[in-house]
Amino acid sequence: MNRSRFRSTLLASILLAAFSLPAAADMVYNRGNSADPESLDPHKTSTVYEAHILRDLFEGLVMQDATANLIPGAAASWTVSPDGTVYTFKLRPDATWSNGEPLTAEDFVYSLRRLEDPATGAEYASMLYVIKNGEEVNTGKAKPETLGVRAVDPKTLEITLKSPTPYFLEVLTHQATYPVSKASIEKFGAEWIKPGNLVSNGAFTLSEFVPNDHIKLSKNPKFHDAASVKLDAVNYIPTEDRSTAIKRYEAGELDSNDDLPTEQLADLKKKFGDQVKIGPYLGTYYYAIKTDKAPWTNPKLRRAVSLLIDRDFLAEKVWQNSMLPAYSMVPPGIDGYTPAEADYAKTSQIDREDEAKKILDELGYGPNKPLKLEIRYNTSENHKNTAVAIQEQLKPFGIEVTLVNTDTKTHYGHLEQKGDFDFARAGWIADYKDPESFLGISRKASGNNYSSFNDLAFDKLMDEAAAAGGDPAARMKKLAEAEKELIDQLGNLPLLYYSYHDIVSPKLKGWQANVMDVHPSRFISK
Amino acid sequence: MARYVLRRLLTAIPTLFLIVTLSFFLLRVAPGGPFSQERGLSAEVKANLERVYQLDAPLWRQYLNYLADLLHGNFGPSYNLPDFTVADLFRVGLPVSMQLGASALLLALIIGSILGILAALRQNRGVDYGVVALATAGSTIPTFVIAPLYQLVFALTLAWVPVAGWGGGALVNKIGPVLTLALPQIAIVARLMRGAMIEALRANHIRTARALGLTSFSVVVKHALRGAVLPIISYAGPAAAALLTGSVVVETVFAIPGVGRYFVDAALNRDYTLVMGTVVVIAVFVIVFNLLVDLAYALVDPRVRYE
Repeated sequence: MNRSRFRSTLLASILLAAFSLPAAADMVYNRGNSADPESLDPHKTSTVYEAHILRDLFEGLVMQDATANLIPGAAASWTVSPDGTVYTFKLRPDATWSNGEPLTAEDFVYSLRRLEDPATGAEYASMLYVIKNGEEVNTGKAKPETLGVRAVDPKTLEITLKSPTPYFLEVLTHQATYPVSKASIEKFGAEWIKPGNLVSNGAFTLSEFVPNDHIKLSKNPKFHDAASVKLDAVNYIPTEDRSTAIKRYEAGELDSNDDLPTEQLADLKKKFGDQVKIGPYLGTYYYAIKTDKAPWTNPKLRRAVSLLIDRDFLAEKVWQNSMLPAYSMVPPGIDGYTPAEADYAKTSQIDREDEAKKILDELGYGPNKPLKLEIRYNTSENHKNTAVAIQEQLKPFGIEVTLVNTDTKTHYGHLEQKGDFDFARAGWIADYKDPESFLGISRKASGNNYSSFNDLAFDKLMDEAAAAGGDPAARMKKLAEAEKELIDQLGNLPLLYYSYHDIVSPKLKGWQANVMDVHPSRFISK
Repeated sequence: MARYVLRRLLTAIPTLFLIVTLSFFLLRVAPGGPFSQERGLSAEVKANLERVYQLDAPLWRQYLNYLADLLHGNFGPSYNLPDFTVADLFRVGLPVSMQLGASALLLALIIGSILGILAALRQNRGVDYGVVALATAGSTIPTFVIAPLYQLVFALTLAWVPVAGWGGGALVNKIGPVLTLALPQIAIVARLMRGAMIEALRANHIRTARALGLTSFSVVVKHALRGAVLPIISYAGPAAAALLTGSVVVETVFAIPGVGRYFVDAALNRDYTLVMGTVVVIAVFVIVFNLLVDLAYALVDPRVRYE
């Protein structure tokens, strides 16, 4: 290269650099997320931190707004047959994939079949057993083509259910029901979720994914409501170390984080004021009780132990008010439903202790015949502290508590295998806003029935609630009756309701607190 | 020499095979599995998942399949991060961990050696006490204390560096992790060097060299250091293997996308393939660095010869 040419190239590149600078800085949201997603394939995800990202990338038939209320998504409208079993969705005429191809009813048919196809190995396949033939397809007894999902025309989708399911639309807000692109899965195989390959239909598209570092999403100009999406990009930053996350937030490296070191909660509130967001969340922290093993087969004894546990102390002292005392399995916050609290919820701890003492005396437990109780919990400072506090609370009443701590996989492996225990820690976070989500796990046949609760009356009420599908008020009433049975019989021991605990910069606009802790980036700006 | 290296590499094969076999079966003895979790899976769904990942085959068949894949250089998919293969994860993470580890090791060797030599030359004087105190502090204060302290002082109070993150590999992002990794190593190297140097300076040939009127610089650097460096070399081998494969504490606190955390996370998640991949990688590093140590010995110590 001769000198003059070098000079002109240099000049050209300087000019180019000068003019290619963006007129205004891009609006980027650095969003702390408690962990990296296990997968970006909606059919292979299960966690809350994956749901945040997928909600930005994809759009299901229905979605949630900034307050977690149901809004139309890829479907502009829908009708339900009078018997409540056939849902007909009209897709938006302008709905497209991020590569510009139209989004069709056929795409949803493909996606739902893929979810139920046993070859996919989707964790959430069982949530959609409510669709006709869903279970049969997933267990290999029927072909995916027999699933009750049909494209009437390119923009009309018909879903037939096994029986009326009033919470079906809420189920459809879950990421497992989002559409995936058949063309790109067939073209790229397992690589379809990689940046550059991933075709999505949500407000954002995938730009970068460096595991354990960041995931960058960029605004999708083809999104039907792109005009109202203000952010240019969202960086999802995994924040496994919660203390580091707070420091990064303080230094301005993060605009928000979806978790807090709860042991520092009081200090954080003092330091950050209303940037710390805490409120009720649809989740219950409970102990499973081995109800098919003596002496725990006796509901009276289960009640005595429940009475002796001072939940206010747990919430205030152990969890620094990042949890609330719980007396029901279903947390408050679901419209149209009043949780069935235990009858001792409103009595004082002293009265409860008196009643418990009476029961223990009656059953012959005392200094000569101490009640032995083993609590198993999975590794976590707060789970340990909770169990230790309960150990101390039960001690004065002659109950000898031993603690067994194992790592999470061992813990749940043990529960799945129906291993031996007395009490075991568990938690349940709602997948969709309906009491069914919390009560269904105590049905005899549920894989999550760690307590081996086997109560005919409960199962019958749950069946009746399902049958009352067409009448929401009657259904809720039946569900509340079922919950009352569960609580009276102590099929589980609810201890605390979860609360969400986020930290959110005042710079962020559009972030709204809600019981599902759902915050789609499309409604947020900076 | 070449024959020796070849022989060592050949004996590494049965060693690796043994490590892989032991780890494979030990891992399966641990209760729970990759799909045990808070939200239990229905039996049907779990059966599907196990079929997809070929975990439904008898254990001996899974083992043979794994060996066959490994021989083809295929570490398999990660169970808990199904979007990535184990090889993908190492391709992204290993260079990050190696950069940090190598920088920390280099820093430790240089600073540690200088401090050690200075202390040895001024034994039982101010400098020596200073170095010994520093070395004791460096090796007793744990990384999980140093790292947050560094973040508090340099990132939050002084705002010279970011709190955490990799920042695409920017220098400012590396300072904290490298210093945190290097500090305990500096302490160990300094102590080793001090001890070895004191020993070496008492040797007969050093007295002879001094008597011959060699300059003090020549005595220390040319004659004493050559003997004193041997313990450092034996230490540096395993230390390099450990540092280059990442540290779980440093990577978690500084949010570094390295491979150090996989060893712990993958084991806790029962991510069988990822644990196996980590075991193989670390084993290879240990074997290679031990070989390098032995070769370095031959270079430095004339009494060691490999035929």
